[in-house]
Parts: sequence; C-alpha cells; structure tokens
Amino acid sequence: MNSPHLKMPSFSHSVRDEAAGSKVFPTKPASLITSGSGNSMDQLFRGALLLSAVSVLAIVVLIVSQLYLQSRLSIHQFGWSFFKGQNWDPVAGDFGALPFIFGTLVSSMLALAIAVPLGVGVAIFMNEMCPRPLRNVFSYLVELLAAIPSVIYGLWGIFVLVPLMRQFIEPFLAKHFGWTGLFTGPMYGIGMLPASVILAIMIVPFISSITREVMLAVPSPQREAALALGATRWEMLRIGVLRNARVGIMGGIVLALGRALGETMAVTMLIGNRAEIAKSLFAPGYTMASVIANEFSEATENLYLSALVEIGLALFLVTVIVNIFAQGLIWSITRGNTARSH
Amino acid sequence: MAVGIKVQNLKAWFGKTQALHGITMDVAPGKATAIIGPSGCGKSTFVRCLNRMHETIPDARAEGNVKIGDTDIYGSGSSAVQVRRRVGMVFQKPNPFPTMTIYDNVAAGLRLNGVSRGRELDAVVERCLTSAALWDEVKDDLKKKSGASLSGGQQQRLCIARALAVEPEVLLMDEPASALDPISTSKIEELIFSLKQNYTVVIVTHNMQQAARVADFTAFFLMGELIEMDKTEKIFTTPSNKKTEDYITGRFG
Amino acid sequence: MNASYIGIRRYLVNHLATALSWLAAALVLVPLLAIFGYLVYRGFGSLDWAFFTQIPKPVGESGGGMANAIVGSAFILLIASCIGVPLGVGSGIYLAEYGRGRFGHLVRFTADVLNGIPSIVMGIAIYALVVIRQKHFSAFAGGLALGIMMVPTIARATEGMLLMVPQALREAALGLGIPKWRTTISIALRTASAGIITGIMLAFARVAGETAPLLFTAFGNSFWNMDPTQPTAALPLQIFVFAISPYEEWHRKAWAGALVLVVLIVAAVTSVRIVASRGVLKGSH
Repeated sequence: MNSPHLKMPSFSHSVRDEAAGSKVFPTKPASLITSGSGNSMDQLFRGALLLSAVSVLAIVVLIVSQLYLQSRLSIHQFGWSFFKGQNWDPVAGDFGALPFIFGTLVSSMLALAIAVPLGVGVAIFMNEMCPRPLRNVFSYLVELLAAIPSVIYGLWGIFVLVPLMRQFIEPFLAKHFGWTGLFTGPMYGIGMLPASVILAIMIVPFISSITREVMLAVPSPQREAALALGATRWEMLRIGVLRNARVGIMGGIVLALGRALGETMAVTMLIGNRAEIAKSLFAPGYTMASVIANEFSEATENLYLSALVEIGLALFLVTVIVNIFAQGLIWSITRGNTARSH
Repeated sequence: MAVGIKVQNLKAWFGKTQALHGITMDVAPGKATAIIGPSGCGKSTFVRCLNRMHETIPDARAEGNVKIGDTDIYGSGSSAVQVRRRVGMVFQKPNPFPTMTIYDNVAAGLRLNGVSRGRELDAVVERCLTSAALWDEVKDDLKKKSGASLSGGQQQRLCIARALAVEPEVLLMDEPASALDPISTSKIEELIFSLKQNYTVVIVTHNMQQAARVADFTAFFLMGELIEMDKTEKIFTTPSNKKTEDYITGRFG
Repeated sequence: MNASYIGIRRYLVNHLATALSWLAAALVLVPLLAIFGYLVYRGFGSLDWAFFTQIPKPVGESGGGMANAIVGSAFILLIASCIGVPLGVGSGIYLAEYGRGRFGHLVRFTADVLNGIPSIVMGIAIYALVVIRQKHFSAFAGGLALGIMMVPTIARATEGMLLMVPQALREAALGLGIPKWRTTISIALRTASAGIITGIMLAFARVAGETAPLLFTAFGNSFWNMDPTQPTAALPLQIFVFAISPYEEWHRKAWAGALVLVVLIVAAVTSVRIVASRGVLKGSH
C-alpha cells in the first residue's frame, strides 16, 4: 500500500477541527439537524400541488355540470327530438338543432376532404422531400399557420376569400360541376363552401404535424427493408412508412376533426348563418358553434338560452369523444417514442 | 468526531425483487470501508440505505436497523432529510447543479437548507473546496463559471466539496471514480485518504485495486448478501471465505 | 433512378408522388403568404399613432383607435395568466413528481379533455358559472375562461420538461439533506425553467387571439375599463365586431388590429422557437 496519498501532507490537518476551532462556521451541525422543516413543508408542498391537479378535475366537472344544469329546461322540453327537429324559431319557442348539426358535420367533413391530402402531402414533403435547409423554415411557416387566430382567418375570409369565391371559383364550379347538384343556386360568396375552405386551411397544420410525428415514429428498419427490396422512394414510403403509420395518421385526422367541429369565429364569419339544410354548398348554413356565438347574447327567453346551452353540451360531448378516440389512435403508434420519461 | 455505523438485518426491495437479504455489519468510525462485489450484488443499494436514498426510488423500500452513532435512522422519530444532512453522498456520475456557479454549488446544501450567512458562507466554500483539493484550480472562477463547465474529475471533486459543506459525519461514495480518467481517479483516491481522518467513509467500488489502496476495511457482497468483511489486507491476502477468494482472484464476477 | 431499369410505370408513379407532395406544400404556402401579405398591406396602411392612443370613434367620424381594446386584452390576459400559470405549473409538477399512479393518469386524461373543449363551449360554461352569478359581463370572467384554457398546455409542458431533468440532479440535492419540496423548486424546476417558460408562452400565444370565449364573458366595451368586474374590450373581439360591420372605416381598423395581434403572436411563437432550438434544459451544454 504505497500509494500516492502518502505524499499529501496538505490534507493532513483536520477539516472538522479547523471549523470548530476557528469559529469560521459557528452554525454548528446541531442547528442544521434540528431545523427539521423538511417533513411538514414537504406535506404542504405536495398538498398545494395536489390541489392544483384536483382543480383540473374540478374545472371539467364544473363545466359539464353547468352545461347540464343550464340546458335541463330544453332537455326536458324536447328530449331526443331536439336533435331531429329542423325548425329553429326562437319567437315561437320551437327549437330543433338538426340544421346546426348538419352544418357542423358537412363543413367539417368537407374541410377534412380538402385538408387531409394537403396535410399528409405536406408532412411527406417535410419529412422526405424537402431540402434540409428549407425544412426548418417550412415547419416554422406551418407553425405560424397554426398560430393565426381564428378571427383573423375570418377577417381574411370575408375580404379576400369571399370575393374570390363569388367572382371566380363558384362560377367555375357551377359551370363544370353544377350537374352534381352540389354547386347550384345563387352565388353569395359566403356559405358552406368558403367556410369549409377556411376550416381546411386552419386544420392542415394539425394533420401535418401529427402525421410527421407518427411517420418519424416508424422504425427505420422498416424503411431499409423496403429499400433493400429495390423499392423506389415512393414505394418505400408507401410500404415502409405510411402503411405502418396509418393508424397514427388516422388519429391526426380525427384530432383535426375535433378542432373543426368546435371551430367558431372564422366559420361564423363566413358560413352565412341561416338555419336550413341545403344540398348546394353555395347556400348559407349554420353550425352548432356559430349559432351559439351569434345568438347567445340575444337569447333572453329561458328556453332559448337553454336550447343554445344544450347545443353547447352536445358539441362538448362530441368533441370529447372524438378527441379521446384520436388520442388513442396516436398513442398506439407513438407510445414507444414518447415514453422517454424514465 | 466521526461516528460509526451499526447495521442489523437490513433488507431492501425494488418492487417485489429483494436486493438485500438481511445485512449485518459494523462500520468503524474514522476509517474508510470499501464495499466490493460483482455488478448487481446490492452494494449500491446497501450504501443508499445508509442515508435513506434508497426510498427515493419509486416502489423501493427498506427495513431493518441502521444506527449512525446513536441514532436509529429508520426509527420512528427520524426523518430522511435529517439523516441525509449527517450522511453525505457522492454519486457515480458527477452531478453538479448545472444552473449554479461553482460557488453556488458548494453553498447549495447550506442555502437550500436555509442556513446561509453571507460572509461565513465564503469561508465555508473556501474550506470545502480546499478539502476537496479543488480550490487552487477554481478560485478565480468561483462565481463566473458554472459547475457543469468543469472537467469530469473537477466536477466530482466539486460534488465532494458540496457534500462536505453541510458538515456530514459520514461520507458515502458510490463508485466515485468509475466515470473518471486515471489521473482524476488518483486525485479522488488521495482525497479519500485524507478525508477519512475526519469522516467515516464508505466507498462502493468495482475496482479491487482501488479498494486495496484506499480502504482500511473491505466488505465483499454477493447476491445481496454480505459474504465477508475484514481488514483490507486480510481480505486481499487471506480471505476466509471461498467465494471471496474466487472473486478476488478473478474466478467469477 | 433509372426508368428503363425499374419499369416505366413505377418510375412515373414515383415522380408523380414527389410532384404531388411539392404541390401540397405549395398549396399550403399560398394561403399563408396571402394572409400575411394582405394583412401587412391592409393593416400597415391603417395603422397610425391614434390607433394606439385613442378609443374608437362613433360610426361616421374618422380617426380614433383601439387603445382600449389593446389595454383590455392585456388586462384580460394578465388575469388569465394569474389563474392559468400557477394551476398549470402546479399540476404539471404534481404529474411529474407524484403522478405515477392511477390518479395521475386521471389528471392527464382530464387535461386532455380540457384541451379539447371547443372555445365557444368554454365561453358558455364561464357565462353560466360567473356571469349569471355576477349578473353582468366582466374582464374577470373573460380572464378566467382564457386562464382555464391555458392550463392543459402549461401542465403538459411542465410535466414533460421536469421529466427531462436528470434524476441524478434530484439525487444530488436529496443527498445533501435538502427536502423534496426545495429540491423540486430550486433544482428541478430551475433546471427546466427555460422549457417551462416556452410552454407558458405557447399557451399565452394561443389564448391571446381567442375570441369565442370572450363573446359572453368579457363581452367588449367601446370605452376604457380597468375594473375587473366590468365588461372590457379585447383586441380579438373588437376585430370581430369591426370586421362584420358594414363600415369601411371600421374595416380598416379591423385590419390594423389584426396586424398588431398577429405581430404579437408571431413574435411569441418565434421567440419560443429560438429558445427551444437552444435547448430547453439550463446548463445542458
């Protein structure tokens, strides 16, 4: 045991004795040890955190219970027929929500039909095709698209998209696709079609960012396997990536649907706000969210208010179910990647 | 003065897996005791039970009787926080607080325990960095450089200084040099040798030469059990247990 | 790729797919550029000093501004942050440090539900909870609605960031006899602070442009108001009111307001991106 430590005389003086002797550090360990603030403060800390976590639960419970309480009147009055009635007549006190459900479903589905190919295409572009230096710029731009407030989409829609629709797009559609019956009637510019287009622009970032995420979650051996078989780049993507990621991409689409169903301002500003069910996409419509936005502050009758809240409750339940479903789909693909917590 | 540790029938679990099967041993005061054994033998778990760090792992628990001096650390009146102030710990990988300067790292234990006193703190920091053989290397950058900016060996000595600042009576070291280069390792070993004059040091190591160099006593662990404990020379020259001999001579592990 | 080698059909399909993905990217860029371009074009022309200093003039008079809406938005967002940040960070810490059990999963799930609630529904819920009781619209009700909407984003960001803090740092602190609460605040939270602030800013940027939850909570106001119990103007609300009005002068105001709002949000999103690209853990390099 002739190790180097023996040549270390500088350490031979006592650290502890020096401290005690020279009063460099008069707060002796005794004071440290007896300041037993630890346990009770830990309890307090944990309690405060628990309180904020519980408040998240409480908020959701409160929201649901308030929506139910405020819509009780309408629920008792109309029962299930509320969702089948086509008549929305506040003056007569007759309320049926079908036109709004129709408008919400049609505008959301149409928006998905436009946004899904775009969103998935953009995701493929960003992950696989985009030159590397551009990738960051592009994802930043798409991120901005997601950050623009709904009311500004609406503003832009009113002053740019609607005139464009009225003068060019709708006449074009009427001329070439009028035979379908979807593009007929007077061309107001506002209506189901522009509302769906603006919705589509708004949900593209959701679809593309989730699609990118699940595509990245596909293990690279899958790609390599496809390439090793002599696949072209597209075949590699289709067989090696998209096929494995499709459930997750589905999840992204469903999540975007949840967004579209509840989207309010831009749609309210563009859809025309008329409670009727029309086949033509040129015709004005109404959605569940926009009828609340437009009529809630004017609704003075209790039943009227209650009917609007019931629409809100229905919208809440539908979006919650859609979101849970979407989370489940996404989770089933990315769990391996996102479980990096430990 | 440095205090001894008496361990009686210490058992520890991770969830349902038992990691320690009733360890009983005495650690002598003011000496360095090395714990050796193959990976997974429970040596880290054992030292982590000596300052109740084991229980910070989710689902982990320990039972038994551990006395630091006269205090039963698992006894009812005892709190983990108080135990850890008396029993300092140095970890395998240097873990200085990256958001803090060198000075703040050393002072962290006192400040965050609510016992900071301006001027005196300067003296404590200097004394602890000196004891950790780091003062000369960092004295000009105390409040300028982050703890994370130091080299690995310096970081580990900073962690030792940080542990010393709370004035522990026992110092636990869990493979303190395993992530370091040979020169840093020898500095740490010198340091251990000087520290044991004032502290009771328990060091876990997978490196038998290191145990031979720094420790007065050595304990051999295998599969969560204490196989043998004796004076270091005895363990490395004439172990009484066949398993110890096999391990020392490299026949397994 | 060589067409004759892999067959003409596969060659074409491959190139068609590539072309389509470029087309999709272009099609997404068009509205983005159109919106920003038009926003700058219309908004910049309508911005003047009065816009930031005066309240709206009645219809028919030119001039005036949206000063009350800008200040009102700031006021409502301040209230929202006072509610949303502590709740969000608090529940995020809870989830990261104690949320391993079933209760933690329940909270996570509920936060996801909260995150998915349409903003208009949040508006009526707060109307029912606060406005009906108070008997009038108020800045507080608006702030509460936006604050609740911030909670899930902040909670998930906080949890994620704290889980990225190495366990070794917590052990180092606990090993010094520092109590758990102090360790969490002074070590874990401090190390993760850049990332958590990033999450807070994202949540902030998201609710800053929200209009629907304010319609029947803050309600709007044509005049100054700094009383949290009274109806208060907000920038997005005012943009909405001006946009659907039939007056050219108000349209100009709406564009100017939209430009201001978007500049603020873009600034927030951009700074978040810069912070995130430098690494969200302090001292990580």
